[in-house]
Amino acid sequence: MSMKASTRQVDGVTIVDLSGRITLGEGSVVLRDTIKDLLGKGQKKILLNLGDVSYIDSSGIGELVSAFTSVRNQGGELKLLNLTKKVHDLLQITKLYTVFDVKDDEATAIAAFNK
Amino acid sequence: MTAPQRVSYRMESTLESVNKAEEMAEQIASQAGYDEDTRGGISMAVREAMINAILHGNAYDPVKRVNLSFEQNGEELVVTVTDQGKGFVPAEVPDPLAPENLLKQSGRGIFLMRAFMDEVRFRKLNPGTEITLIKRLQSKELDRQEAST
Repeated sequence: MSMKASTRQVDGVTIVDLSGRITLGEGSVVLRDTIKDLLGKGQKKILLNLGDVSYIDSSGIGELVSAFTSVRNQGGELKLLNLTKKVHDLLQITKLYTVFDVKDDEATAIAAFNK
Repeated sequence: MTAPQRVSYRMESTLESVNKAEEMAEQIASQAGYDEDTRGGISMAVREAMINAILHGNAYDPVKRVNLSFEQNGEELVVTVTDQGKGFVPAEVPDPLAPENLLKQSGRGIFLMRAFMDEVRFRKLNPGTEITLIKRLQSKELDRQEAST
């Protein structure tokens, strides 16, 4: 199953709804291109909704880290929303859970962005 | 102990082989009686070993192949992935959990293999690298296996 990304705006925050697998190849490329496109348009408050992401491999983890640093380097913020247990566990064992700002409620996540 | 069952494949250095190997690992681990979480870990470790072989080892070279084998004997599953690349020194791979490496984009594959398997071994070949992944069946899984026979 490939990955899909769709974006929507809520209170100045761009929510990216991702579904499928973020893995080496297409999944990682879709995420990379989406972030690049948003930053190019000046959209720097980004909430990645991973609720429908079933699987992430080391390449996908790398892509999430890369998205996080790219957004931060441009003075923006990137947060993660709705991790599945599998993805949550993966971020725990790779010690990235504390690096990312992870939320499990969309409204709370949006309110947490700097206005 | 049941008689060992072994299957092996010679695969092209493509992304498709990575996905296929992951699917085979899931299927074989399921037949061997591992629980769902363990199966997920095994298939991820195999996926990472294949990525290591195809991306870093063979560098997608269409001439080079990856050998993949699964062997199960009722007590453990042994997976070997062999590439024809220039090889690497596992001890020199930086620790991805070190604070200075946490935000690096790559370098987590070997860590993930070790996280999900009981044993991970590397052997330098000439040329290439052989990665051996071992997962032992836990007692509850052995009980389940016995009950089903």
